[in-house]
Amino acid sequence: MTTASIVRVSGPIVDAQGMLGAFMHEVVEVGPDRLIGEIIRVSGDIGTVQVYENTSGLKPGSEVHLTGEPLSLLLGPGLVGNIYDGIQRPLQTLSEQSGAFIARGQKAPALDTERKWRVNMRCKDGSQIRAGQVIATTPESPVIEHRVMVPPDAGGTISEAVPDGEYTIDQVLCKLDGREIKLCQRWPVRQPRPFSERLEATTPMVTGQRVIDTLFPVARGGTAAIPGGFGTGKTITQHSLAKWVDADVIVYVGCGERGNEMPQVLMDFPSLVDPRTGRPLMERTILVANTSNMPVAAREVSIYTGITLAEYYRDMGYHVAVMADSTSRWAEALRELGARLEEMPAEEGFPAYLPTRLAQFYERAGAVRTLDGTDGSVTIVGSISPQGGDFTEPVTQHTRRFTRCFWALDTILANARHYPAIHWLNSYSEYAEEIAPWWAEITPNWHQLRRAVIEILQREDKLQQIVKLVGPDVLPDSQRLVLTTAEIIKVGFLQQNAFDEIDAYCAPKKQTAILDAILEFHRRSERLIDRGAPLVRVTELPCRLALMRAKTQIKNDDQDALAGLKHKVIEELTSVEAEYQ
Amino acid sequence: MKSTEKNAVEYVGLSKVDGPLVFVENVRDAAFDEMVEIHTPAGELRLGRVLETSADVTLVQVFEGTTGLSNKATRVRFLGDSLKLPVSTRMLGRVFDGFGRPADGSPMPFGGEPRNVDGSPINPQARVYPRDFIQTGISALDGMNTLVRGQKLPIFSGSGMPHDRIAAQITRQATLLGEEAQFTIVFAAMGVTHDVARFFTKTFEQSGVLTNVACFFSLADAPSVERLITPRSALTLAEHLAFAHEMHVLVIMTDMTNYCESLREVGTARGEIPARKGYPGYLYSDLASVYERAGRINRSEGSITQMPILTMPSDDISHPVPDLSGYITEGQIVLERDLFQRGIYPPIAGLPSLSRLMKDGIGEGHTREDHAPLASQLFAAYSRVKEVRGLAAVIGEEELSPLDKTYMKFGEEFEQKFLNQGEFENRSIEQTLDLGWRVLGILPRSELHRISEQLADKYLSARSEEDESEA
Repeated sequence: MTTASIVRVSGPIVDAQGMLGAFMHEVVEVGPDRLIGEIIRVSGDIGTVQVYENTSGLKPGSEVHLTGEPLSLLLGPGLVGNIYDGIQRPLQTLSEQSGAFIARGQKAPALDTERKWRVNMRCKDGSQIRAGQVIATTPESPVIEHRVMVPPDAGGTISEAVPDGEYTIDQVLCKLDGREIKLCQRWPVRQPRPFSERLEATTPMVTGQRVIDTLFPVARGGTAAIPGGFGTGKTITQHSLAKWVDADVIVYVGCGERGNEMPQVLMDFPSLVDPRTGRPLMERTILVANTSNMPVAAREVSIYTGITLAEYYRDMGYHVAVMADSTSRWAEALRELGARLEEMPAEEGFPAYLPTRLAQFYERAGAVRTLDGTDGSVTIVGSISPQGGDFTEPVTQHTRRFTRCFWALDTILANARHYPAIHWLNSYSEYAEEIAPWWAEITPNWHQLRRAVIEILQREDKLQQIVKLVGPDVLPDSQRLVLTTAEIIKVGFLQQNAFDEIDAYCAPKKQTAILDAILEFHRRSERLIDRGAPLVRVTELPCRLALMRAKTQIKNDDQDALAGLKHKVIEELTSVEAEYQ
Repeated sequence: MKSTEKNAVEYVGLSKVDGPLVFVENVRDAAFDEMVEIHTPAGELRLGRVLETSADVTLVQVFEGTTGLSNKATRVRFLGDSLKLPVSTRMLGRVFDGFGRPADGSPMPFGGEPRNVDGSPINPQARVYPRDFIQTGISALDGMNTLVRGQKLPIFSGSGMPHDRIAAQITRQATLLGEEAQFTIVFAAMGVTHDVARFFTKTFEQSGVLTNVACFFSLADAPSVERLITPRSALTLAEHLAFAHEMHVLVIMTDMTNYCESLREVGTARGEIPARKGYPGYLYSDLASVYERAGRINRSEGSITQMPILTMPSDDISHPVPDLSGYITEGQIVLERDLFQRGIYPPIAGLPSLSRLMKDGIGEGHTREDHAPLASQLFAAYSRVKEVRGLAAVIGEEELSPLDKTYMKFGEEFEQKFLNQGEFENRSIEQTLDLGWRVLGILPRSELHRISEQLADKYLSARSEEDESEA
């Protein structure tokens, strides 16, 4: 291990001399407390280090030790259900060691080294094994079968394979051309894990959120951005997605956000039940928490930690969703570190390489054929906290270039407590066409329903501009009907209460059923008004309120009630129609 | 070892003095964040701390201003430790300066445990999610933006508005339902005038809680850099009281805008590249290191509830200080100039105000079953009022539809009866909720989309019967 000595300390940035031969992104240990850092610049024999912990008390002359390894994660069974900081230190263990506050220089292994896992071997001596192939499995949680893969840089003939049995992560399972293979492996966080090919994203990731699934769907392996000013509900939307999305594994990265948001997840998730597996949500979730008051350099790396964990499960053939809240704090960490390095800034003080880094991050999403030959995917949903709620700022603008879904949260909607405050005119999704065949299986006319809703909402927006000038009374009834239907769509369909037992998750069948009923109401009312009926005859019908309340009153699996909704609409309107033959 | 270091070396002369910063050359062994004593040529003693250290130049931030420092005769001593404050329960009932030195003429409290004023980050895993309802007796807060124990909820105000009176009313009235336990108050004043400081001490005195309050004053005429330490001193004491002595601490910090301006001053003097409006790029992280020192932990019954006050320059909520604060704190109480000018107290804006932790601190077992839907319906209806008022301003009130006129009436009643209350009026949560139903009763039931039939039957009909019998 080479040693260097500190020559300058400025916040989280430390320069050290005697680093000849050190490489970029090599991990170093700094000072007497052996704080963990990473080399981010090498110039002559001076290396610049970003330190992942508070550097208070470091002096010129103190030692810096080179480890010869890039910043890597320990990957193996035991990740699921755990909560880590930005550099994969297990927060539970840290809290057992030093109490409620994080002390400096604390170290703990990321995975439990004592625990024995029940391993089923899938290979025997003499088998020819490729890189990335699964050689054993172990039940990691009741819903996740951990598939032990050969590291992507290994391969060859198996020897000394152990029988099925209980093993710790450090025990050798077999040898591959002499190289020891264990339950765990290490992988550098900044390097994407390899796969055999990229696939087209054609399956939607069902989120149970009506406005997303129906209007702005995201595909498995896709990318989505949620920008919004403070108080618009980014975090609540991210939490709802993490709870209800139909992915196998969820990686939730709390990057530079509030400390209280993590105990909220830790309180909610173990008691919430996954509608698909019937098991607690925590059994499929990994949390990475680097809150706003934790060191800024670790915040920068926490995003990569999250995505590397996701890729590892993708390689086992799982569909993984990564929630990154918030990528703006990550970009600010880049800015802060860049300023300490005295780099020339581009827009608003952000470094010129911001777009490159954003692209690198979002491109790690995708649906792939793994090295093992199965299909897996990583979907990324990143939230953005634009300063002053202004979407023209650099992080929002650059993120738009690399993501294909844009769920724009709107302050005015949020102020009116219209949640999720995803604005129907400012948002978009490029996946709608690609995943339409999937929805057609549920409701053949899904595409038409979706178009019809968007059209009504667009017409309403134009009419509202007139209403703002002259009031709604001057509009003819046929146009006022558009306003009425649009309100039903907003209240009864777009708004969704994340804290209501029934409304929190809306199954695809329920989504289309409500939509179909609302549009039936609109079609028949239009006809009625054409025949000369006044609007009030339509608005006074009880089915109007029923449409708005169906979301909280009809359960997902209550097919009869869902079908009854449309019947109610038809019945009530037909009886009025009879008067206007 | 430390003590010899402390006495060993004294450096004479500075290489440069720039704003609140001084540069000392050829210092051996200065640690980052170390405290520094500076002796002026006139014999005065000042404190500073190391912002950057390297083999040739050490950069020191002087807390008490650089007036009178010269290149030549200034002597500098490095103290070998970071800034620590000895904290104890004996600090209650006392007044200190920003560093925690007595400012009330009495001597330093005896003993106490020295703690680093910067604190350490709370392990997110060890936090306990706050959900105990605090009754403030103010309808606009209790009903619509409920405060819970361990929350950080700032007041976004503008100059001239009554944020101090609201904060004082909260300190007088805040109680936990079903518990007698009173709040211990830690008060930090940064860059505010002597009048504001006196207003608060007088309030504490009159309500007889003075022995339960510790004040940290760094007023408008104190050196601006001292303001950077003031909230940290206050929070260091608050952490000790809450987590070592299991007290429920309410920390009031005013005015965070002044704090941020001091941060900008230091950043500019260091020649840093600014982000927005000249504020440093690390403003968010720095504010978080203050605000995040609120909450509850699993090893103590105590809690820290924060109520920072900040004035929005020209009432602009998108200014970096309120904007970045809003991203860290759990909601915000926004004061509105229009309500203020119409004489409504407290002028708490209906729509932009928000309490993020409200949903888990209300409802059955906390306040009352109808709380959440009632608040949600009031918000939705009031938002409609704002739309209708916009329309009325264009086409005239007479031209409004009958339903819109009802909304106008609802808006008026909501502001005058629900929001508006006396500075010494202490409403129970039941009174607040009943008042909410009474105001909501103005609207036709078909408009109440967010209220279930059952609740409407229970509370609205009960109300109308009562009204009838009163009539």
